[in-house]
Order: sequence, then C-alpha cells, then structure tokens
Amino acid sequence: MIRFENVSKTYEGQSKAALLNVNVEIEKGEFVFLVGTSGSGKSTFLRLVLREHRSSKGHIMVAGKDLNRLASWRIPQMRRQIGTVFQDFRLLPNKTVAENVAFALQVIGKPRSHIRKTVPEVLELVGLDGKEDRLPDELSGGEQQRVAIARAFVNRPMILIADEPTGNLDPGTSVGIMKLLDRINRTGTTVVMATHDVSIVDQMRKRVIELENGHVVRDESRGVYGYQH
Amino acid sequence: MRLNYILSDLGIGLKRNLSMTIAVVVTIWVSLSLFGSALLAREQVELMKGNWYDKIQISVFLCTKDSGGRGCSGTEVTTEQKNRIRQVIETNPDTAPDGVFGESKKEAFDQFKKLYKDSPIVSTVTEDQMQESFRVKLRDPQRYQNLVSAVAGLPGVDTVQDLRQYLDPLFKALNGLQVGALVAAGLLLVAALMQISNTIRLAAYARRREIGIMRLVGASNFYIQLPFLLEAVLAALIGAILACGTLWVGVYFVVMQRAQETFRVWHWVGATETFRATLIMVVVGLVLAVVPTFLTTRKYLKV
Repeated sequence: MIRFENVSKTYEGQSKAALLNVNVEIEKGEFVFLVGTSGSGKSTFLRLVLREHRSSKGHIMVAGKDLNRLASWRIPQMRRQIGTVFQDFRLLPNKTVAENVAFALQVIGKPRSHIRKTVPEVLELVGLDGKEDRLPDELSGGEQQRVAIARAFVNRPMILIADEPTGNLDPGTSVGIMKLLDRINRTGTTVVMATHDVSIVDQMRKRVIELENGHVVRDESRGVYGYQH
Repeated sequence: MRLNYILSDLGIGLKRNLSMTIAVVVTIWVSLSLFGSALLAREQVELMKGNWYDKIQISVFLCTKDSGGRGCSGTEVTTEQKNRIRQVIETNPDTAPDGVFGESKKEAFDQFKKLYKDSPIVSTVTEDQMQESFRVKLRDPQRYQNLVSAVAGLPGVDTVQDLRQYLDPLFKALNGLQVGALVAAGLLLVAALMQISNTIRLAAYARRREIGIMRLVGASNFYIQLPFLLEAVLAALIGAILACGTLWVGVYFVVMQRAQETFRVWHWVGATETFRATLIMVVVGLVLAVVPTFLTTRKYLKV
C-alpha cells in the first residue's frame, strides 16, 4: 500500500537531510506506529505520503502510484484515498459536527443524497450520534478528534494517516481514540500513526517503525516504543 | 460540482472582502472608462481623417464682390479667371488625376442649408453671398505646400485653405488626449491588477483553514480556485458595466447632445463605435480579472 525505496528528502535551504535512504513497505490493512524524537523525520515521512512534498531521491509508491511521477493535477484524486488526522483536529469552528464531516464530501463533489446517507453512518461509527448539530468548541478534545476521524474516514479511504492524534488528549481519552483507530483498521484501512505516546504503543503491540535523524533504526512487527521498555 | 456550495462560498467571500472588492470595482470602473474614452478618441480621429483627408485636401475660394483677398479687385471672379485657375491646378504635378471639383454658389448654398437646417442663420443668408470654390484632391496629402503657393495670389483667388492646417491641431489634441487617457488607464489597470492579487491573498489567508482541509481531502484545484475566480470575475464585470454606462452617458451628453449640434460638419462617433468600445472594455476587464486571479491562486493555493 505504501512503499519507500531509498527515499531521501532534503528541504530547500537545508544541508541536513530530513530523511535518508529510507526503505519501508507497508502492506494493505496494516497498523503501523511511526515513532522517534521530534525532528527524527516522522512528519516528513507523512508529508511525503500525502505528496505535500516530493522526495529528493528514491521512489514512493502509494496505492499503486509512483508519487514522483504523478502529475500535479492528479494529486487531489490520489489524496481522496487517504484520510488524515492531526494533533490539533483542524475542524472548521463555524460548522457543526455534521457539517464538518459533510464538508469533506461536498468539496470533492459527492452528490447530496450520498452525503445525507454517509455522514450519520460515520458519526455513529465514531460514537458521536446525537451530537451532529454541536459546534466544535462545544465538544471535548476527544470528541473533536472523533469528528476529525469521522471526516478523515467518511470517504472510506484506503489509508488513514494520523499525526500524533492523541497528543492533545489525556490518557483515558487517548485509549478511546486508539480503540476507534483500531476499529477503522479492522475494516481493512491501512493506518499509519506517528506518535510520542509510549504507553499506547506498548499496549497495542503493533508494527513499530522508529526513525532517528532521518534513518529507519528499527522496524518490528509487534514492537514497543523503545528498547528500554 | 455542487453549485449551491460554490455560490454560498462566493457570497461569504464577497462579504468578507467587501471593502477590497469595492476598491477593485471602482478601480476597474475608472480605468476602463478612461480606456474606453481613449478607444473612442481614436475612432473619432479616424472618422475625421477618413472624412476629410481622403476626400478633399485643399479648398481654393474664389472672389466675390465683398472678398478682400490678395487676388481680388472688388468684383466677382470672371469666367476667364476661373478657367485660368482651373488650368493651373490641373497641370500641377501634385494634383490627383481628375482631382478638381468646382463648387458653384448654388451647391455651396445647398450644402450650407443642409448643415444648418435647424438654425435661424439660414434665413439670413442668400445664395448670392456664397463663395464659389475649387476643391482639390492631392496625389499625396502630405505634399500640399507646392500647390498652395502656386494658386495663392492668382487673379480671382480669394483664399486658399488647406484643411490640414485646421485639422492637424485638432488631431494632435485628440491624439494627446488619447495617449493621456491610455497612460492613465494603463496605470490604473496596473493598480487594479495589484489590488486583485492582494485581495486574493487576503481572502486566501482568511480561508486558509478551509483551503487546507480541501487540499487534504482531495478537492480539485479548480474547485478551490473557483470561488476566487468568480469573485474576481464578478468584481470585474460590475466595474466593466459601470464603465460602459459611464461611456454611454459621456457619448450621449458630450457627443450626441453637444458636439454633434455644434459642429455638424463633422462625423462623430455614435452608437456603433461606442458599442464596439464597450465590448472591448468588457473583454479587457474580464481578462484583467481572470489572469491575475489564476496566477495568484496558483501561488497561494499550491498543492
């Protein structure tokens, strides 16, 4: 589903590479934790998957497409197969829960009947039924992140990318979010999650890829956060 | 593509940038008005040139009893003098073949009556007071000096009028106006361009959350650009329509009501020319809005 072949990325105006000779293969339906300190290259990895940047060297295949060869007008089409969740939720504050989720479908031109049917379904899946008409600031952090996950998942993407989705949440709430991501993973969606949260990684016992200074230093199929644990 | 979302986006965008949008509209309005005026001034010059330059270049007015010209002696020009004058003109190398037309008093009077048909002055003038003349067409309108000096002073010649000496200053003034209007229009259009790209930059900044999410979920570039494009096109259209209205009002009050009444001799720009100018103005306005919008949105909404 995602394959990095000798991928290096150096940002313009910087001498040090953010990623260096990274080789990673993530299969369809996998759940992968991306761990490492700040600046280790986790965010760069995710941005390259989303094709927000091009790699400086190497090939990146996402859902069967070589991102370096993808014409820029086809990028939006490619992104519709990827859902994205962030630490800061990124909800539109003047839209209700249902509107926030529906927005993702509206802007890619889905018919209204489809939107009316899909949005309640996905809100139920994330456990927000009954809160459709709330505004984001009337919700708790965990609930806001559920809205963001609903928005990322409403178009049934093949890949879900989560960049520290529990970074702003307390441990109890984080567990709920992880259960939700796990449930989404069980529907066959590939989940790639960058995180600093030691206890979550240790509990879930999923594949762990550790980055350090742009290198992959560890790739374990049922890993924990760090060696010291 | 869902039209109602786009339209509601457009409404929100216009409201958010109302003062900037008004500034764009006013700038486009004024600049296109000037541009249109310059186009019309050009048409006017062409019309006058077509009317006068090509037809008749030099008028040789012949003596009447009352003329005080150098070749007159207080009497009407004689037939003998007329033949002599015609011969001099016809044999001059600068005269176009068959380029000499004699205008009798009657013809001059008819022409006069036609030009001033609504004016009380007609009743005070008689045919006898009209002046006979030769109208001479030149091979090359630029070379008139030679013929003028050959004819002037011949017995029976009152005055020689080269129309260019009257028209040239007018054309120069019109040309100057045209250049001035074009320069001012150009400067204002540049200002409009910058305003549009600034407005879009502000609007893109104000909507950066939405735009970020749109990009993330895979909205097409066109979908993201469309509200900006519609906003710019709408502003340009309103500005262009106001400018067209201004031009029509100007043509109606200045040309149709005043100039045509006062200077009947000339052809004046009318509805056809104004319509043509407004079409060009609308096209220029739209291009001016669409091109910078595309460039700016491409820059600020990069995938």
